[in-house]
Amino acid sequence: MNKPKFQKRTVFLLLYLVFALLPVYWMINMSFKTNEDILASFSLLPQHFTWANYRTILTDASWYSGYINSLIYVGINTLISITVALPAAYAFSRYSFLGDKHVFFWLLTNRMTPPAVFLLPFFQLYTTVGLMDTHIAVALAHLLFNVPLAVWILEGFMSGIPREIDETAYIDGYSFPGFFVRIFLPLIKAGVGVAAFFCFMFSWVELLLARTLTSVNAKPIVAIMTRTVSAAGMDWATLAAAGVLTIVPGAIVIWFVRNYIAKGFAMGRV
Amino acid sequence: MFLTLRGCCWPRRSGAGGAEMARIELDLAHAYRPDPKQDSDYALLPLKMTFEDGGAYALLGPSGCGKTTMLNIMSGLLAPSQGTVHFDGRDVTRASPQERNIAQVFQFPVIYDTMTVAENLAFPLRNRKVPQAQITKRVGEIAEILEMSGQLNQRAAGLAADEKQKISLGRGLVRPDVSAILFDEPLTVIDPHLKWQLRRKLKQIHHELKLTLIYVTHDQVEALTFADQVMVMTRGRAVQVGSAADLFERPSHTFVGHFIGSPGMNFLAGRVDQSGFHCADACLQIPLGRVLPAGELKIGVRPEYLVPASANTEGALPVVVSQMQDVGTHVMLSATFAGQTLKARLSSDAAQYAPGDTVWLKLMCEQTCFYKDEEIVP
Amino acid sequence: MSAIIKPVNQKAWFLILPVLLCVAFSAILPLMTVVNYSVQDIISPERRVFVGTEWFAAIMRDEELHGALLRQLTFSFSVLAIEIPLGVLLALAMPAEGWKSSAVLVIVSLSLLIPWNVVGTIWQIFGRADIGLMGAALQGLGIDYSYTGNATHAWLTVLLMDVWHWTPLVALLGYAGLRSIPDAYYQAASIDGASKFAVFWYVQLPKMRGVLMIGVLLRFMDSFMIYTEPFVLTGGGPGNSTTFLSQFLTQKAVGQFDLGPAAAFSLIYFLIILLLCFILYNWMQRVGTQEKEGGHE
Repeated sequence: MNKPKFQKRTVFLLLYLVFALLPVYWMINMSFKTNEDILASFSLLPQHFTWANYRTILTDASWYSGYINSLIYVGINTLISITVALPAAYAFSRYSFLGDKHVFFWLLTNRMTPPAVFLLPFFQLYTTVGLMDTHIAVALAHLLFNVPLAVWILEGFMSGIPREIDETAYIDGYSFPGFFVRIFLPLIKAGVGVAAFFCFMFSWVELLLARTLTSVNAKPIVAIMTRTVSAAGMDWATLAAAGVLTIVPGAIVIWFVRNYIAKGFAMGRV
Repeated sequence: MFLTLRGCCWPRRSGAGGAEMARIELDLAHAYRPDPKQDSDYALLPLKMTFEDGGAYALLGPSGCGKTTMLNIMSGLLAPSQGTVHFDGRDVTRASPQERNIAQVFQFPVIYDTMTVAENLAFPLRNRKVPQAQITKRVGEIAEILEMSGQLNQRAAGLAADEKQKISLGRGLVRPDVSAILFDEPLTVIDPHLKWQLRRKLKQIHHELKLTLIYVTHDQVEALTFADQVMVMTRGRAVQVGSAADLFERPSHTFVGHFIGSPGMNFLAGRVDQSGFHCADACLQIPLGRVLPAGELKIGVRPEYLVPASANTEGALPVVVSQMQDVGTHVMLSATFAGQTLKARLSSDAAQYAPGDTVWLKLMCEQTCFYKDEEIVP
Repeated sequence: MSAIIKPVNQKAWFLILPVLLCVAFSAILPLMTVVNYSVQDIISPERRVFVGTEWFAAIMRDEELHGALLRQLTFSFSVLAIEIPLGVLLALAMPAEGWKSSAVLVIVSLSLLIPWNVVGTIWQIFGRADIGLMGAALQGLGIDYSYTGNATHAWLTVLLMDVWHWTPLVALLGYAGLRSIPDAYYQAASIDGASKFAVFWYVQLPKMRGVLMIGVLLRFMDSFMIYTEPFVLTGGGPGNSTTFLSQFLTQKAVGQFDLGPAAAFSLIYFLIILLLCFILYNWMQRVGTQEKEGGHE
């Protein structure tokens, strides 16, 4: 049962990983150069290696506060999204009720409009309720597209669990919350991991709404990065460094949910 | 610790439709890590076992005892860390499940969702490039046996759990040269009122097709009704192999005594010396003709064989009644002696005792077994 | 959602109430505003004239819109045609466990985490012959590559950028779906003598159907609304060869600052996506549940 070392699968995977990393490597490369270096010469590795770009970002409050702001509202949003999506996904998966198919599809329609459409109305709405320039405003606004996504993903995974498990748990005397937390959730770990990661990701990179609803206190990193165009031209170097740093929180999130995504559906031991 | 079973009078024969059943011989152990030093490092302690061709066997034991491991080693999904597996004398230890030609039915129904019932059943044959006409015929035969002929064109995904399990079984039966069918707790997700139907169907199939069937379960009722020979396992060890009667009458290990029977066997711990068996301040005469080793010993007697006797009868002990439970067909008496609990199964018209009463129960009888260090004294 | 019959339980509405509140709060008010604007001519903040369906009619007749729509449709379907199979293949190739699985997961997900304007910027540089690795490499191979001057090159670059950016989404969904398949299915297939392709076709793909549907719909919607990345990379050019629908809408709205037609266009935009998604969704549902009905091998 020994397979040859270099299967087609492995070769394909390696090729893709190279493809995925090339632009990232180029960005990292740029982040360690100065603007002059970038524009002056083409080199695979920085000729004059410099930490200056990172230093700028990590010491300038207006830069690193952007990261913190982003992390805050993305965290809030992910938490709310998953929490409200779980019971809803369970309902769609297990029960049939009036209008269920329509509501399910309607949820997804909220992602079908270019965000530009919502800019003005959201601006007016949040100004009216006095939530402008707060983290919670962006977190709430992002619920628009994250909650439907979470519901759809979770429903998909929940439908893969046979109902016999629910019934056995009730026979064994579990209450609904007990069953849900102790038996059901561990079985859909992969779905929760994926849904959480996607909510994090879509909220993290969203620019339009985040920029419109914030000005100073809650300005996210994505907005700050758009102001790298100055009279001297594009500040490639700082932008590259900022770009590299934006990957870091997401990479950490995926590291933490990797077990949730990779663990399968374990049923029936011995 | 070796355990051998010699096939007892199973004539070698082919199953219906030209099936060639296999005689499976195991001589192996399976450890969790490459360098096992103590018993707990083993998933399966060294054992030797032969499953005769055409026999129906059950592997019975609680969760974690190693029965599924053993099944997977037999089917080829797992290779033992040491030892061999032989099918009809052929060494198949490293052979794949396909090469061994076995079929396995899992704990939850495994079917191909996108196919109809007929296509599911035909799948193993299609993979072997059997001609279509033959496939159709064979699928028809098997569907007949499973009582699913009317559902052949239905999508398998829409059926109930028990029907799906029948399809899983059918995929095993459809191959005329299948060597053995292995079942891994197949009735777990089946509704209780359908379980007996499926059990009956399995017994029927065994009868008709004379297949070697090996059935893993933690339910003694399933094991004892299904199999001719039951192998009781605990913690990686096969403690006894025998028929239902053997296991009931002469459990060779206290575990078997506990596990089989409802409730299990009564055990009374005490000491043996020249004068007899001592427990607390009572002394019982050892039955004539029996020689028991001196020292710590346990008496085992089933609730079914524990009868009330008059005071001071030979081999009887005074016990204090704690409860009398009327279970409809019989009455269960629970009592204590010197801190140890004893249960007796009495007929419904037996005398009524109240909690606190003292009753004399005859412990020493024909069916009483003696255990030293948990093993039976022959 | 499978063919299994589900018990009817109207109380399930309580379970979805939180979701409805969150989404409705974010969706309905703005939607009402947009509908409101779309039937008015907003000459100035004080002067609004009700014009009914005038804007809708004008938009439908607009030639430039037809062009943008056609480009957009071609783009979206190309995206689906490449990213879905590629994503599935990638999901199959990714290791299931061990340190390798964690490492591969992180590397594959990197492109998803980059803000979209930075994605555009990276590729903008990447494709330049003077300071970019890809540009320089292609020039080195003798190809006169220019995404600013050559419309085909621009198209291909935008497509490549999208594939690089978003294929991991499909792959992650597929990967999670694959990990949810119990071992017993693979074991049974092995016992049944199934070939590797048969295992893929009869076990893996059907079990991934749910997640793949999410992947298809997501990629379709997002590619249909794509704005930032191509805008940063090519600005819509050369000419308008890479001006897709979203950029067209923004040009109209921002450039001419006419809320009425912009709102009307937004609604039409939304309805197009809705219609196409609805078709896709129903087609995929039907493909799943009707497979092999009456079909024999």
